[in-house]
Amino acid sequence: MSTNPVIQLADIHKVYRTGDVDVHAVRGISLNIFPGEFVAIMGSSGSGKSTLMNLIGALDRPTGGSYWLDGIDVSTLNRDRLADIRNEKIGFVFQGFNLLSRTTALENVEMPMLYNRQRIGGPEQRERALACLELVGLAARSDHKPNQLSGGQQQRVAIARALVNRPSLLLADEPTGNLDSQTSIEIMGVFQKLNEQGITIVMVTHELDVARYTKRTVILRDGIIRTDTPVADRLNAEHELSQLKQAQQAVKLS
Amino acid sequence: MMRIVATFRIAGRALRRNKMRSVLTMLGIIIGVGSVIAAVSITTGATKQVEDKVASLGQNVITVFSGNFTSGGMRGGWGSAPTLTVEDTKAIQSQVPNLLAVSPEVRDRAQVLAEGLNWNTQILGESPDYPQIRNWGIADGAMFSDQDVRTLAKVAVVGKTVTDQLFPDQDPLGKTLRIRDIPFKIVGLLEPKGFNLFGQDQDDVVIIPYTSHMRRITSRSFVNSILVEAASAEIINKAQADITEVLRARHRSVEPDFTVRNQVELMQAATATSRIMSVLLGAIASVSLIVGGIGIMNIMLVSVTERTREIGIRMAVGARARDILVQFLIEAVTLSAVGGIIGIALGIIATQIVSAATHWPTVTPLVWVGAACVSSAVIGIISGFYPAWKASRLDPIEALRYE
Ligand SMILES: Nc1ncnc2c1ncn2[C@@H]1O[C@H](COP(=O)(O)OP(=O)(O)OP(=O)(O)O)[C@@H](O)[C@H]1O
Ligand SMILES: [Mg+2]
Repeated sequence: MSTNPVIQLADIHKVYRTGDVDVHAVRGISLNIFPGEFVAIMGSSGSGKSTLMNLIGALDRPTGGSYWLDGIDVSTLNRDRLADIRNEKIGFVFQGFNLLSRTTALENVEMPMLYNRQRIGGPEQRERALACLELVGLAARSDHKPNQLSGGQQQRVAIARALVNRPSLLLADEPTGNLDSQTSIEIMGVFQKLNEQGITIVMVTHELDVARYTKRTVILRDGIIRTDTPVADRLNAEHELSQLKQAQQAVKLS
Repeated sequence: MMRIVATFRIAGRALRRNKMRSVLTMLGIIIGVGSVIAAVSITTGATKQVEDKVASLGQNVITVFSGNFTSGGMRGGWGSAPTLTVEDTKAIQSQVPNLLAVSPEVRDRAQVLAEGLNWNTQILGESPDYPQIRNWGIADGAMFSDQDVRTLAKVAVVGKTVTDQLFPDQDPLGKTLRIRDIPFKIVGLLEPKGFNLFGQDQDDVVIIPYTSHMRRITSRSFVNSILVEAASAEIINKAQADITEVLRARHRSVEPDFTVRNQVELMQAATATSRIMSVLLGAIASVSLIVGGIGIMNIMLVSVTERTREIGIRMAVGARARDILVQFLIEAVTLSAVGGIIGIALGIIATQIVSAATHWPTVTPLVWVGAACVSSAVIGIISGFYPAWKASRLDPIEALRYE
């Protein structure tokens, strides 16, 4: 690959100071991710996956090392510039959805556009939010509130929200964490479609099955990279889904 | 930049979500603003009434009272000692510049008879300038003339109360009334003027030439006071000093045996009480506004804590610290501004109720309505600032992790 990396981590460290115990959650990670990649980050619980994602997502600052995002040295930016980066360049799907309760799906999806440096008019906000909901197959539920939606549907709203400012990088922390297998495959289908459109995706998962829909797997242990391998036997979500449906059909017929 | 309209929408939604709490929070401001408006309306009405009464005495009027009479430690009131004379009046008229009108005044009470009815009333001896000085119109007929003064004419100009009592169903003009058995012809009827500052009926009066009063009715050589109208408010102090000068020279007394008062002083003395009252009420009302502000700050702090997660989510998708600050500030300002508007409405309603129940005159000055609007918005900004600032300083990761 001749292009510059979207994400360039060089010897990144993160130490949490809690009282008198220091927790060394990330201990020197170097990683390059290029445009168009689809990466799964795996590892056991407590291995530092979420910590790493928060650093990549410009939500948190490393305590050591440097991080370039699109060629910008993120570790030197102030709070406001970090907020702008999160708004414009990155779409983040959180482990626990993190939707605003008592606020409709549409308004949740519109929210990041409120903070866009480029002014986006009200009608255009609505249009773009609806388009994103359409993309995740949830346009019909746009005026439902999170507590009226299933887990999978909430996850899709969260994905639509992450996409609405047209980021070049989509980060997802356990996007299929508490979903059944069919819904997981549907979500992975959305991700594969987005990836084909050119969006770089980095996601955390602890399910090997889910990781097989990506192109590259990075495994962490105790805050450092253990293995970093391309996915050999890649799955196609569309294909898997139709097979699953056929199987269900067969069960019903018998 | 975050859109202001969208921010207002977010604030509105957040406030509607907790209707009861929002209303209770606003209550402090509502009561504060409402009581300011009611207090100001009532005291301004009272002050204005007093001012109107003083103004009804005439404009730019200077009054000279004769000295007080002292006998064995007993002190009479102003005008009780005979020191002022008709000559004093003439001296003032000829020696002091810029005077529009001058009139000596002689007062007495007497039983007045007409056509079988009688009535006890005040008999004033004045010069023809009197209606001009007192700013008092003649409803029918005319004021007596200088000629009448010179000839000790038996003519009278009569107030409405007297004619109502003596001539219930007829036109009194041209009729005769008897004062101490001397017949006086009614040549003019005064316009009704109502009650004065001290609750006296100003229309209960009969005015005759001062010469007729002093020779025919009371046979005295001194006048009770001298009324002077200065040409303008600017020269009133100068005219007062000149009058004092002239009288002092004439009376050659070490201690002045007269007192000169002008209307500005009278106005200040008369409105002093209601002004003190309005300051006091204003102070009490401000305290309740401050209490209302503290209430808003308290609730906003609770709200920031409750919505830590929401703040985290907004920051995670790119809200800057400023966006969060503005959002919470607008919430606080909306609370206090809406409270202020409700307070103004309730204050005006309360004022109307009070004025209907007590027949006190009330005036709601627009300046104060404006000031109430501005100060409630300012209270919102001040009391909302600390909670909003606190919200904006949150760390996105910490806020997201908050349970
Ligand atoms: N805010 C924090 N303060 C202190 N220690 C923390 C904090 N966040 C994470 N840690 C510690 O850092 C380490 C890595 O945590 P992290 O959340 O990154 O793990 P993870 O790989 O995402 O685990 P999981 O799969 O359970 O989500 C853990 O030991 C955790 O206890
Ligand atoms: Mg995690």
